[in-house]
Amino acid sequence: MTQAEQERRFQEKIDREIKIEPNDWMPDEYRQTLVRQISQHAHSEIVGMLPEGNWITRAPNLRRKAVLLAKVQDEAGHGLYLYSAVETLGTSREQTIDDLHTGKAKYSSIFNYPALTWADIGTIGWLVDGAAIMNQVALCRTSYGPYARAMVKICKEESFHQRQGYESLIKLCSGTPQQKAMAQDAMNRFWWPALMMFGPSDAESTHSDQSIKWKIKRFTNDELRQSFVDATVAQAEILGLTIPDPNLKWNEARGHYDFSEINWDEFWQVVKGNGPCNKERLAARIKAKEDGAWVRDAATAFAKKRAMKKSA
Amino acid sequence: MSTNEWPLWEVFIRSKQGLNHKHVGSLRAPDATLALENARDVYTRRSEGISIWVVESAQIHATDIDEAASFFEPSDTKIYRHPTFYEVPDGVKHM
Amino acid sequence: MQESALFEYVLRLSDDSLILAQRLGEWCGHGPILEEDIALTNISLDLIGQAISLYDLAAALEGKGRDHDQLAYLRYENEYKNVLLVEQPNGDFAMTLLRQFFFDAFRLPLYEALMQSPVEQLAAIAAKSVKETRYHLKHSSEWVIRMGDGTEESHQRAQAAIDHLWRYTNELFYEDAHDHALQAAGKVPAMAEIQAKWMATVTSILSEATLEIPKNNWKFDGGREGRHSEHMGYLLSDLQYMQRAYPNMEW
Repeated sequence: MTQAEQERRFQEKIDREIKIEPNDWMPDEYRQTLVRQISQHAHSEIVGMLPEGNWITRAPNLRRKAVLLAKVQDEAGHGLYLYSAVETLGTSREQTIDDLHTGKAKYSSIFNYPALTWADIGTIGWLVDGAAIMNQVALCRTSYGPYARAMVKICKEESFHQRQGYESLIKLCSGTPQQKAMAQDAMNRFWWPALMMFGPSDAESTHSDQSIKWKIKRFTNDELRQSFVDATVAQAEILGLTIPDPNLKWNEARGHYDFSEINWDEFWQVVKGNGPCNKERLAARIKAKEDGAWVRDAATAFAKKRAMKKSA
Repeated sequence: MSTNEWPLWEVFIRSKQGLNHKHVGSLRAPDATLALENARDVYTRRSEGISIWVVESAQIHATDIDEAASFFEPSDTKIYRHPTFYEVPDGVKHM
Repeated sequence: MQESALFEYVLRLSDDSLILAQRLGEWCGHGPILEEDIALTNISLDLIGQAISLYDLAAALEGKGRDHDQLAYLRYENEYKNVLLVEQPNGDFAMTLLRQFFFDAFRLPLYEALMQSPVEQLAAIAAKSVKETRYHLKHSSEWVIRMGDGTEESHQRAQAAIDHLWRYTNELFYEDAHDHALQAAGKVPAMAEIQAKWMATVTSILSEATLEIPKNNWKFDGGREGRHSEHMGYLLSDLQYMQRAYPNMEW
């Protein structure tokens, strides 16, 4: 079969909503796009454990401590599911992680912002997980089978993440003026970075068209960003928090909220490594890997010894 | 870089008595004992299972995608293996 | 006497669970491999759950209207009655897993015995916790064996952790007048009985792991009386930070 014929059949499968599975023929670029996108997603889960993880020891009561631990633990699980999906494309977890540590692979820029107060934990759950879920629900129907299955599992598990964040903010917003101010301050710091999570605008996005044709993505960055804004405004109103955007207003003609232009300079600076916490986040991941090397080696050595004893 | 990366294992879980074990995902583990423990911690955090199987991914033998046509299409034409192939007069019950 | 003795007894169990959970929580996001990160977090979550049930029981026994959070968050350092072992810093993975192993090997026979206690609420908590603890002990034992009988480096690290932590293990079996009163009333087991089981587990697992029990038998204690190590103050600063910085607020 010629290359062109294979590509035609591949696209036909995609158009008929038939999922692509690991051993199926696929264009190299489809494979590369998936490896890039899924590993970026996996790294985001893992790096995303760090800002929230910093607050586990300081959670204000036992219930919140357990909830936060369970949530951050879920993120480890989600990273793991996604690394497994990358492995089905022929790239090992170790290789994928090395790409993160050398700076070759990216992760969501939101996690390069610091979590400074307890209100940040609620806000991350509400806005950051909220934005992530908007993306992830769309990805449950992505064309690559293992990715879609991982996303279904992740979406199921993540449903509590946003709710726990919102619930925690309700407590703050109905608490003392000091608590309310803490929540508003977190909102002010996280609103714009949350909108940046959807990535560059469609005009700037290099991979968008092809990804949509291959049904890796079902919606563009700007479409998802708009849905997020539309869904979040009313939630902020219930909390009594002000969204830090003077131009935010309902546009009757479009049937959507209008909002200000994102500060794309900041976006690209943070992507390039100049966010407030880029260096710390990466250093923490590299340290975990290096400090754990002897542990992984020990278990491997033990397994070999036992296997030899058995066969002897 | 460490060359001692733990092998990949596939995880199968029986969600309740009476159902088959079903593939749920994979993980890394140095041996079968820890593979089972890791599977318990990674894949049954929300009461998803009552029994776990793990098998090293390298031990799985799969059909070749290039042979899919010769493996599976021949059975597509044997429609007489399905009950809907046969006509039974109206009014015949319990069949 | 017995009410207050039982309060003290349950408080010790609660504090052990809470402080160890707090330490394990520090690992989240920093484990040697994702699978183990998740495993350590699971143990921490079990211990928080146990702490909540135990503090609820302690609060009820005390009868002063405090709840589990007030007990967990709003006492002074010398009012925490956990053993020194559980407040020791995480150190490397070997230190954390050996600390866990010594604790699990103590907690399992203790919970098994407490399941027979005529104090119904305590027996019920023990019955639930015993399943969790059995798994914790299995997991920590597996790792002690792998580290001991793994590479030269892992063996040395595991042995160093044992040599360091050994001095804190005797305190697990601490007894005072509170314990004696409860033992005399048949409500809790004698610690000698628990210690014998602990020693049997430790001897068997360390031997399988090719690790040695230290010859130096110098022992530390004080935790059960509220006299802690220097590490405890820092741990409580983190734990209590929100409650102390923002008093009387709900979260």
